[in-house]
Amino acid sequence: MFGWEWPPHILGGLGPASYGIVRGVVNTGECDVTFVLPKPQGDEIKDFVHIIGASNTPVVWKDVDWDYVQKRQGHVMDPQEYYDLRNCIYADFSNLYTNDLGCIEFSGKYPKNLLEEINNYSIVAGVIARKELQHDGFDVIHAHDWLTYPAGIHAKQVTGKPLVIHVHATQFDRTRGMCDANDPTFKIELDGMNNADQIQCVSELTRQTVINHYHQDPAKCIAMHNAVEPMSKEVLDMEAKRGTDEKVITFLGRITAQKGCEYFVEAASRCLQKAPNARVVMAGNGDLMEQMIHLVAQKGLADRFHFTGFLRGKQVYEMFKVSDVYVMPSVSEPFGISPLEAMQCGVPSIISKQSGCGEILDYCFKCDYWDIDAMADAMYALITYPELHKFMQEMGRNEVNQITWEKVGRRVVDAYKRLLGWS
Amino acid sequence: MLFEIHQPFRLKKYRFYDIGADHYYYDDYANEEILKRLAYQSYIPASKMLLEMIEASNKKFKVALSISGVAMEQFEMYCPEFLDCVRELVATGCCELCCETYSHSLSSLVDAEDFKYQVEIQKKIISDTFQYDSKTFVNTGFIYNDEIGAEVAALGFKGIITEGTRHVLGWKSPNYVYATAAKQDVGLMFRNTKLSEDICLNFQYGLDAGQYMGWIADSPAEEKVYLIAMNFDVIGGMNPESSGIFNFFKALPYFAEQKNLRFATPAECWENISPIAVANVGHPISWDGYDKDVSSWMGNDLQNEAIRAIYSISERLHMSNNEILRQDFAYLLSADHFKFMSTKMGAYVPFSPYDSSFDAFTNYMNIVSDMEIRLKQEFPEEVENEELNPLLKQINEQGKVIEALQAQLEKAEKKLDEKKAAAKKPAAKKPAAKKPAAKKEEK
Repeated sequence: MFGWEWPPHILGGLGPASYGIVRGVVNTGECDVTFVLPKPQGDEIKDFVHIIGASNTPVVWKDVDWDYVQKRQGHVMDPQEYYDLRNCIYADFSNLYTNDLGCIEFSGKYPKNLLEEINNYSIVAGVIARKELQHDGFDVIHAHDWLTYPAGIHAKQVTGKPLVIHVHATQFDRTRGMCDANDPTFKIELDGMNNADQIQCVSELTRQTVINHYHQDPAKCIAMHNAVEPMSKEVLDMEAKRGTDEKVITFLGRITAQKGCEYFVEAASRCLQKAPNARVVMAGNGDLMEQMIHLVAQKGLADRFHFTGFLRGKQVYEMFKVSDVYVMPSVSEPFGISPLEAMQCGVPSIISKQSGCGEILDYCFKCDYWDIDAMADAMYALITYPELHKFMQEMGRNEVNQITWEKVGRRVVDAYKRLLGWS
Repeated sequence: MLFEIHQPFRLKKYRFYDIGADHYYYDDYANEEILKRLAYQSYIPASKMLLEMIEASNKKFKVALSISGVAMEQFEMYCPEFLDCVRELVATGCCELCCETYSHSLSSLVDAEDFKYQVEIQKKIISDTFQYDSKTFVNTGFIYNDEIGAEVAALGFKGIITEGTRHVLGWKSPNYVYATAAKQDVGLMFRNTKLSEDICLNFQYGLDAGQYMGWIADSPAEEKVYLIAMNFDVIGGMNPESSGIFNFFKALPYFAEQKNLRFATPAECWENISPIAVANVGHPISWDGYDKDVSSWMGNDLQNEAIRAIYSISERLHMSNNEILRQDFAYLLSADHFKFMSTKMGAYVPFSPYDSSFDAFTNYMNIVSDMEIRLKQEFPEEVENEELNPLLKQINEQGKVIEALQAQLEKAEKKLDEKKAAAKKPAAKKPAAKKPAAKKEEK
């Protein structure tokens, strides 16, 4: 598998999702997984998976002795593996900038020269694919998100093994449908999809985007919904720090056009007019934050609207703990894990019908992102009728607890088998 | 054979900001559309079929109908021709009309006062519309237990119909007339679940009228009554004409004749068959689903909360004279509204106009909130029900008291006049003399 993020070094939603899928797949007992990362730090969780770092893989032959390799990168890779990889160098890459071990440096993040890094990643993938084929052998290549599609394609060309790509998001969604065929990201995505033997999408919504906007064969696209890690006991036991007994309605996420923040403000302000005992929190930041603050001020509701800025780590769960209603009004959301997390914390959720996670959730309110009346109505109902709140809390929690990565892993493995013609 | 006809007044999308501002709750478009569609697909052709069967069999075919009050009102509004069909059926003398609650409500389980009121209203509507006096009671969803039996008996019915639930009957057969626990002379009949569901749920898998009547003919001779009951829209609605359902029914009297079976209305059963035993029913039973209990209506917290909320204003509402408010209340009691909140089969309920059970709850509770506000405007909240009652009585009786006092006053005045007249007879000429003067002044 090719990925870009791995816990504990997480920058977005890709890391936890990749982690969950790998854990689920390994858990079936039918698969071993080698996971390629641009730049492992050494403290990755790797008790069930073999991790290879692209930044530790040589592409230029350097004559270095065992002790030196051990000293330089023994914490992330066994020196023997370094030599095995070195034997698989397939072309002369000495024109590239490499270090003393013949490796290309990666940031492992999302730097300015991301496209160059993606290209380098695919060069390294060629080496790794050859080595894996020679030593252990493998059956399927699985590439997570567009960053790794070129690597997946390259590995497929080198080894002839089928390529599965996992669409966590599309450029079409990110730009609200405003991308053209010259957009480099769009091009890479399209190329990946054209070369893929199977396309796993995180929701039916994304699958439809892939079919309609990337013109893929519906037969090779399957919906592979995400799941959610069970909450740690530490988080569940966390005390809610409530200053008032007023009800709290929460928006949590980037304050950008894609997340539908302006619809949230409109809906929440309608709700506040009728429900004076409520407060609204907008957590997160983004390019529309200032606009939202102005909008709230115009409506004269600034005393009941609170902007917290970006929340990290535990703060997110603290926010959930003091919330009564969670709202995710995204205009377009491939999956959207946060309502699931909110529901785990016992916060009833309202989500837009344009969110992928809605496909696997029954016990949350769903409305169109533009239907602020319906959204406001659901908010009002949840803070006004205690029985409803209790009901949604219990049913939602039960439902979310059924959505596990183990089940996702099972489905991924079954999809592999179908692809390989084993079942 | 018994057919149930009921359609609730479906509620429109009622948002929280409508609370206190908008007092109209119904989705007229959906109500009209659904009622007309069902009437033309099912109710009218099916009732014409029944009429044809009665005539063709020389009035040997008998049938019973139960039409809820709210459905009747919708027929009057959107499709009065169906009521004419029913009138024709009743005129043959072979069709019994059973009584139920006006709203098709759950009041029998929650609010005895309201139950009584609703049954009386429904009885009145039946007698006004069809000049018919109902002797048989059929509760919403065939819900029954001993308490309901006692209440119905007190209202003067001859018999009640309920579901032949296995867990109540046990080894006993549903195919007899039983007596209610409260009053031995009030009959109780159990629906034959198997024979009924063969038609209403499983007709699509193929059913032959001859074979069907054969099942009844082949059963032990002592088992006298087979009660087959279902929703009327099973004919033509759930099973379209192309499924052959009409022909199936039309063939029944023929095979009955052949196999020496007779049709009877429930009223005839109460008259002619004496009960074989008393049936005790502790927990409420119904004809619903597999469980045959009331869990589809009162099975989760949302439903119980909604029921609590609406019935909590019941007592106060019955004191009000505001007809519109009372009417809205009656429409809101239809059991369907609570069924839409069921979570027995997941979050979505079949035939529900809502996306999910909690959407149904939200909408309903918003409306109940509005009802509460309207009721507050009617009577101030600070006054307790107990206080309110005598006050209202006083107000209502004020008229009577005033009338009585006035009558007394008049009497007294008369007496006084008579006395005066007697005393002033000699001086009676005086006013006559003054008359011309008065005329002058007028000019």
